[in-house]
Amino acid sequence: MVTVNLWSGLRRLTDGEQAVQVQAGTLREMLDALVTAHPGLGPVIKAGVSITVDGVITPNMNTPIHEGQEIYLIQRIKGG
Amino acid sequence: MAKDETHVPYRLIGTRPNRPDGLDKVTGRARYGADISLPGMLHGAVVRSPHAHARIKKIDATKALALPGVKAVVTRADLPTGLTGEDLNLQENTLAGDTALYDGHAVAAVAATSKLLAEQAARLIEVEYEVLPHVTDVDAAMAPGAPVIRPGAADHSVPEGMHPNVARYIDFGRGDVEAGFAAADLVRERTYKTEATHQGYIEPHAAVAQLGADGKGEMWVCTQGQWYIRRMCSAVLGIDAANLRVTPTEIGGGFGGKTTIFMEPLPLALSKKAGGRPVKMVMSRSEVLRATGPTASASMDVKLGMTKDGKVTAGKVVFRMQGGPYVGSSPIGEALQCAFACYDIPNLMHEGYEVLANRPKAAAYRAPGSPMAAFATESLLDEMCRELGLDPIETRLKNAAREGTKASYGPTFNRIGFVESLEATKAHPNLSIPLGPNQGRGVAAGFWFNHGGETSVSLAVGEDGTATVSVGTPDIGGSRASIALMTAECLGIPYDKVRVNVVETGALGVNEPTHGSRATFASGLAAVQAARQAIAEMCRRAAADWGIEPEAVEWKDGAAIPAGPNAGKFPPMTMAEIGATMGSTGGPISGHHEVTAGGYGASFGVHVVDVEVDPETGRTTILRYLVVQDAGTAIHPTYVEGQYQGGAAQGIGWALNEEYVYGADGRLQNPVFLDYRVPVASDLPMIDTVIVEVPNPGHPYGVRGVGETGITPPLPAIANAIHAATGKRLRSLPMSPSKLLAAIKGA
Repeated sequence: MVTVNLWSGLRRLTDGEQAVQVQAGTLREMLDALVTAHPGLGPVIKAGVSITVDGVITPNMNTPIHEGQEIYLIQRIKGG
Repeated sequence: MAKDETHVPYRLIGTRPNRPDGLDKVTGRARYGADISLPGMLHGAVVRSPHAHARIKKIDATKALALPGVKAVVTRADLPTGLTGEDLNLQENTLAGDTALYDGHAVAAVAATSKLLAEQAARLIEVEYEVLPHVTDVDAAMAPGAPVIRPGAADHSVPEGMHPNVARYIDFGRGDVEAGFAAADLVRERTYKTEATHQGYIEPHAAVAQLGADGKGEMWVCTQGQWYIRRMCSAVLGIDAANLRVTPTEIGGGFGGKTTIFMEPLPLALSKKAGGRPVKMVMSRSEVLRATGPTASASMDVKLGMTKDGKVTAGKVVFRMQGGPYVGSSPIGEALQCAFACYDIPNLMHEGYEVLANRPKAAAYRAPGSPMAAFATESLLDEMCRELGLDPIETRLKNAAREGTKASYGPTFNRIGFVESLEATKAHPNLSIPLGPNQGRGVAAGFWFNHGGETSVSLAVGEDGTATVSVGTPDIGGSRASIALMTAECLGIPYDKVRVNVVETGALGVNEPTHGSRATFASGLAAVQAARQAIAEMCRRAAADWGIEPEAVEWKDGAAIPAGPNAGKFPPMTMAEIGATMGSTGGPISGHHEVTAGGYGASFGVHVVDVEVDPETGRTTILRYLVVQDAGTAIHPTYVEGQYQGGAAQGIGWALNEEYVYGADGRLQNPVFLDYRVPVASDLPMIDTVIVEVPNPGHPYGVRGVGETGITPPLPAIANAIHAATGKRLRSLPMSPSKLLAAIKGA
């Protein structure tokens, strides 16, 4: 199981949970599992999010993940 | 790709060789968008709405088309239907559908045999409008009774019951802010406003494009991202991306404003309608200001709690931003995430509203959202420091984010250099220069994430041992020089033996634009990997020649050498020798690297400004200005300093003079540089810089990216300095002479 930290505004889509545990071996599986567990997150994830793993923005959805890593969904960032 | 410690100390990185584009630029040989011309080329012009909000009842191009030399007119009816999401927004912004949504919104375009003729024809296109109520101010746009700009445009994030102009809503935080405020000795809450400002690039948008009836097209365009141009134009026009070949020209500034499309699909559409003749389109300055993306305007509430000794116990922000009439255009999310990113604060709440208004579609502008956020939070932090008698730098040190701090937006920071930047600021001699009457000193900090993104780079070894690097990131701030330095460092050859070319969309895999301070980071990282791939192949060629295993060969100082005494005794085989014979040893040697680069490192900066305010006129003069910022590693320090100075100059303009001024009719009142006043050289002192180097562990040479953070602190730093000089706290930008004088006289 990995723990995914969501920004707190998403709590209304996750029955009040801000940290959600899902079974996933990659970031893609993690996003799929999040939407399965909380379908309300679907539009948020589809609109685009950034993911940090142990503090590093990690764009490759095939990146392996494991229990104990710090994983955050954060708002997608655009630069100038 | 982790930082490679074995390269320290560097041979070339950190040196200041001549820039590769210098001669072309000083001699006028560099080719910008408007310099491109093709045989049989037509010229385009655009008909723009004179109304902030109006229904388009009828467009009649009869008279224009009757003019000899006019070859094509396009309206929205010529574009495909069925687009959704951001593609639809881009198409709507390219040519209005049934409603013009802001002053300057394109309504029709025309191509003719000369520019003058095209402009004359544009004036002959008759558009019948039904003027609708408009709103341009962010707070007014979400007030009860405000005209609804685009009903139903709000996305999934907006809860029930909000004004229909609220298109996005974001909230996040941690801890218990009310408990945090209760634990504070001083709690203050203030409201701040910033006006929209434009990136102000010298070169207006320009493109030459050709599109045939077979759907195959080609375009030369000034842009920060040729693949974005390709994707967006293809979507708007309904053509296959592979059939559109986009070549970026030299670019006269972008700052985020050239990461998207505005008029670029129009010459393609006109060309197709004109039988495939190429069409050139060059925007005027007025068109640039009226109809290309400035940044958002903002209205911001900030509340901070602080103990008597300067520890921040809680922070809360409520930001409202308008970015024009399309959802997703404002940097509201970034602004919120940057608001407290410099600090380690246990209790935080962020709330944001994106609001639609009758203004041009906002585009990215250097650290999008961060300057506005900093103006609000860093101004209030300074105000509270003064009230408590605290030193502004020591207070920031007390609260500074550092390695291991949970960032205000969630994840834990890796190695960052904010503390080092604050310490370097403290030690700078500018801080001990005494100030005179009407003079004041202001300090502020700033943050930007930086970015990696989709990147593809190719490197080819030349027959003479030189290297050609093809990158997809247009050079807007020195990336060709920095990528050449990193490549030469890796290959062990001189800097001037590497040429870096920015290439067209057919030459590489997809690249994101030069945005997010990513070009030196991401294309540099990929170039190093491509060089390492080429080195491996050159070692294999040498091994084959020597009859030993490739593993027994290593690369040193630009040559293959035996890896130790057991590998055999062979003289070094240089890159020139390997290149000269590669046709007979296995063929061309090249290296490639494709990656969506992660691992980028955040950048923090601290600015100190001394100002003098004329109490009779309200004019603020910048006496001296200091930028201290963590670059990770400064590959080419002169360019790094230039980025710091450029960011500061733009921030100074934003703070003191620049603003979009709308009349009661919703029309932009100052769409020329005479009235939209950017800083000029005589307005500014030499901007002092200190490069702090805390290497980013996510890059082989420690690069962070330096282009954006520098625009963030000037807004609050100058507000803080003006307060120190006058005792007046301005919470609305720009802090123009008239506004400051009114504050002084109102005392």
